[in-house]
Amino acid sequence: MDNVNITINGVAVSVKKGTTILEACKKININIPTLCYHPDQELKGNCRVCVVEVEGQPRLQPSCCTPVTQGMVIKTNSKRVREARKAIVELILAAHNCNCLTCIRNNNCELQNISRELGIDSVRFDNVEEILPLDNSNPSIVRDGSKCIKCGRCVEVCSKVQGVGAIYNINRSHDMRIAPAYEEGLNNVPCVYCGQCINVCPVGAIYEKNDINNVWKVLDDKSKHVVVQVAPAVRVSIGEEFGFDAGSIVTGKIVSLLKRIGFDRVFDTNFTADLTIIEEGNELLHRIKNGGKLPMMTSCSPGWIRYVEYFYPELLENVSTCKSPQQMFGALAKSYYAEKYKINPENIVVVSIMPCTAKKAECIRDEMNDSGYQDVDFVLTTRELVRMVHQSGININKIEEKDFDDPFGITTGAAAIFGATGGVMEAALRTVYEIVTGNELKNINLTTVRGIDGIKEAEIPVGDLNVKVAVANGLNNAKIILDMINEGKADYHFIEIMACPGGCIGGGGQPIPGNIEVKKQRMDGIYNVDKSKLIRKSHKNPAIIKLYEEYLGEPLGHKSHKLLHTHYAKRELYEV
Amino acid sequence: MILVSKLCGKISPLSLKDYKENGGFEALEKALFKMKTEQIIDEVRASNLKGRGGAAFPTGLKLQFVASEKSDIKYIICNADEGEPGTFKDKILLDGCPFQIIEGMIISALAVGASYGYIYIRGEYPQTKDLLKKAVNILKEEGFLGKNILGTDLCFDIEVRTGAGAYVCGEETALIESIEGNDGRSRFKPPYTANKGLWGKPTLVNNVETLINIPYIISLGSEEYKKFGTKSSSGTKLLSISGCVANKGVYEIEFGMTIREIINEICGGVETDKEIKFVQLGGSSGAVLPAEMLDIKIDFDELNKLGIGLGSGAMFVGDESICILDFVKTTMEFFKHESCGKCTPCREGNRHINKILNRIIEGKGSNRDLELLVDICELMKDTSLCGLGQSAPTALLTTMKYFEEEYKEHIEGFCRAGICNLKKGAVVYG
Amino acid sequence: MNCLKNDIESIIEKIGNTPDKLIEILIEVQRQSEENYISKDALKIISKELKISLSKAYGVASFYSMLSTKKRGRYVIQICNSAPCYMNGGKQVKKYFEDILGITVGEMTDDGLFSLEFTGCIGTCDKAPAVKINDKVYGNLNKEKVEALVDSIRKEEEVCDFSF
Repeated sequence: MDNVNITINGVAVSVKKGTTILEACKKININIPTLCYHPDQELKGNCRVCVVEVEGQPRLQPSCCTPVTQGMVIKTNSKRVREARKAIVELILAAHNCNCLTCIRNNNCELQNISRELGIDSVRFDNVEEILPLDNSNPSIVRDGSKCIKCGRCVEVCSKVQGVGAIYNINRSHDMRIAPAYEEGLNNVPCVYCGQCINVCPVGAIYEKNDINNVWKVLDDKSKHVVVQVAPAVRVSIGEEFGFDAGSIVTGKIVSLLKRIGFDRVFDTNFTADLTIIEEGNELLHRIKNGGKLPMMTSCSPGWIRYVEYFYPELLENVSTCKSPQQMFGALAKSYYAEKYKINPENIVVVSIMPCTAKKAECIRDEMNDSGYQDVDFVLTTRELVRMVHQSGININKIEEKDFDDPFGITTGAAAIFGATGGVMEAALRTVYEIVTGNELKNINLTTVRGIDGIKEAEIPVGDLNVKVAVANGLNNAKIILDMINEGKADYHFIEIMACPGGCIGGGGQPIPGNIEVKKQRMDGIYNVDKSKLIRKSHKNPAIIKLYEEYLGEPLGHKSHKLLHTHYAKRELYEV
Repeated sequence: MILVSKLCGKISPLSLKDYKENGGFEALEKALFKMKTEQIIDEVRASNLKGRGGAAFPTGLKLQFVASEKSDIKYIICNADEGEPGTFKDKILLDGCPFQIIEGMIISALAVGASYGYIYIRGEYPQTKDLLKKAVNILKEEGFLGKNILGTDLCFDIEVRTGAGAYVCGEETALIESIEGNDGRSRFKPPYTANKGLWGKPTLVNNVETLINIPYIISLGSEEYKKFGTKSSSGTKLLSISGCVANKGVYEIEFGMTIREIINEICGGVETDKEIKFVQLGGSSGAVLPAEMLDIKIDFDELNKLGIGLGSGAMFVGDESICILDFVKTTMEFFKHESCGKCTPCREGNRHINKILNRIIEGKGSNRDLELLVDICELMKDTSLCGLGQSAPTALLTTMKYFEEEYKEHIEGFCRAGICNLKKGAVVYG
Repeated sequence: MNCLKNDIESIIEKIGNTPDKLIEILIEVQRQSEENYISKDALKIISKELKISLSKAYGVASFYSMLSTKKRGRYVIQICNSAPCYMNGGKQVKKYFEDILGITVGEMTDDGLFSLEFTGCIGTCDKAPAVKINDKVYGNLNKEKVEALVDSIRKEEEVCDFSF
């Protein structure tokens, strides 16, 4: 660990060898503007906004990808540097659709920030902005090419983190665009709807399909009974948009504001997360006992489901038939809940607040209507809910906290941790252990499957059986495990896969930015919710027990099968 | 043709017999059986050979960088992506004596410890590609390539790859991307290719002409080799000369000749009765020099002092019939077409330059446009990611310097060459 | 379709099915295509066989100027627009071709015989102005030579037509 002595703006600094100029500057609180740089991604060095002057170098150097060397003398604030940065951003602005006021990223846009920070008061170059049609062919994601600044972050996340490759750099020179093949709609390529591209976009070139107006419409319709469910990961992230620290738990405030907005009932998706554990845990045991297809893989992440349908259809039988908690909720809301409260299911509208963009596509899958109606009607991302709150004028900071409504209001710590990678696995094992052994699980914190690592493994003795499990988050990590299965090298019983890195707390519908540091804080929040719960195992949830008694009968029973389980379909990557 | 190109056209390019009878593979045998690998590198270093592709980086140093890397596999790439407009000297060498280039590759492989090589040839030369493939196959059959070359421990194989029409792939990292099957967009450096090149492994990338020098350096010895050329620039240089000279073509010259000598003594002067107006040295990415500067010597040090690069060694000679702005416009359209689109200054800068130039040529330009052009050019030079964007504005900047009055005339609505759709003639100043 | 699939599979078998061979495969597929281009179906098959996404395969095909994803004439006339050809009258050569063929650069003749394009330097600067027609290079062009060139191709094609 050699140190390197350098000088930045006349200040002597000693930093570790291999540090980049950008990192070294950060250390001494010098802010350097960046656009293509993203802390969770590979270095790109293509926007050139972060250039600095290095003594002895004929040209300005990009600070993001230039490592410091012994004796380097750096200037970050010379006239030459300031003018170059300004000119580069002006070039970007000349080609950018600058309708900021109506842009989804207004006030949360890296380009806007940089323009302000650099003091850009005019653009000297001709406007060369291209009028490109909005691509809203995809049920989850909208692309606006006229806003794209070609930083390449979305391409990286789609190809390298998710292993999908729905978009790529097309053409060259100023005709270069980031787009699907043939510059056709995003529905013509195997996009899995994960929305990770949205999370890394520095501007408003990619965003979720807007369902806010659809929801306002049903809320205004007095003939409708509108219920809403809130996913586990939303409660630890939405606060960021209102000045709370990442990971702050604002569950009670969300319930309260959803009621104020006008939802008739506010329910907790954690309830059906608990229910998923019962069904999925029993499915696993059933497969193990009856020689069913193993390893079994989780099915709560719709981005993952779409991925496996496209890229590994031969493994579809390994995927649990359990619907995701969102869909279990929808099916129950329009059956059990409707019957119990004597509401005509035809008039029930189910809205979900999800950290996820793929949920928008999940709810419109053909088979997701086991209640006799489309089980879930509208999905709003965390970000969309934030916009609704702004539109409604409610001050979340001052609002009182409220509890979720019955019958889907009582939940356990096991359900809470669904929001983080490894959570479903941990929750399932808490239940499976006790079902199989009949003994109480003493240490319920299965820390080996927690954390931000891409792939995690564990072996847990459950009675006579050593249950081998694996957890993958991010689809490229999933790919590694799937290839192992195909090669016969994976002797796991149970695998949890989440499409998004970090799990749902890093979902494609979450507040931006959501880099690794933020994700870790959200994760802490998730485990704090777990800790704060009196009941931390799904099978101990009294409301779940009551649901089986009153309605479902038994896990994997007839009604469960009809309402809570589903099937998948092989999808052709490209029709030839 | 005095040194490296002397076999071109003299022997049948695919006749191994011809090649051997003319000293072919003597250098390889010397390197294999009489020299240690360090000695090979020392010899190349001592020869003062500088890269002939355009950057003029000392070849011996490059060899040493790759040799000192520890890696399970190292690669050698022969850069035959001769894309610089007006440059066709590598084609002459590749078509004329492919074995010699491959011999240079094998000796380099021995020196740096590389086991696999690629010849990356531009897609525009399909016949040359076929020829190279045949040459490689012949050498494989004859034991000069493959396992245990000439019965020694040296194992080295070569694959021929092609580009598909992208100037930027002449830049070594873009070329590597292209071999890897990607869109050829340059990578940022460091890491340098010597450390992390093809598939992240240490990679030596050398131009065709650089490689063909290596057998000569080894067989002649560096001392003898250095007798060619000047102190700062040893050896010879192939120049591709085009434009309005009487005899266009590729010529091998010793370093130290002046541009004027080359035009008059080698190319037979100008073919028309007009005066030379300018020479662009180094291809489209090179400086445009006015007639007053033709006594510059082709010598790295001398050119360096003037801030001029020799580039690939292409020379366009233009006479008075040519309008500087219209000529530069052609050049800038080329760069606009060839920019890979990755970095902002090059992607956006080139299109604005073209827009502004068109405006000026149409007589709608202003003095502010001239200032803007300089600002964009300086920005591209200063901040572009790779050599393409950094050197693209050279022609524009140098003509704005040396032919300033013609730009001003166009702003005023005149084109002295009568090419642009403006009034013919010039403004009389003062 | 099966025919196309077989053709491409045999090209891939010859060249190799690793992702780094993509460009070589694209060149060969284009060369063997009657219309001098890489069809959408062809690209889909290649992308499946090489296990790279269609968007990337298209991105690569659209990056290189010699590759086309749009149908072109059986004879692709590429006019060099680099500086050496410019200095020796390249612009006139372009005009001669446009006039004779009745199309502008970027277009294809109605009979599908010719496409007109620009290309970067083709390394024939000593014979500037020059063009490349498919794989062959023609230099020192003037009006008469351009006319003769187009004529001879047209005649050759007629002979071919009769033979069927």
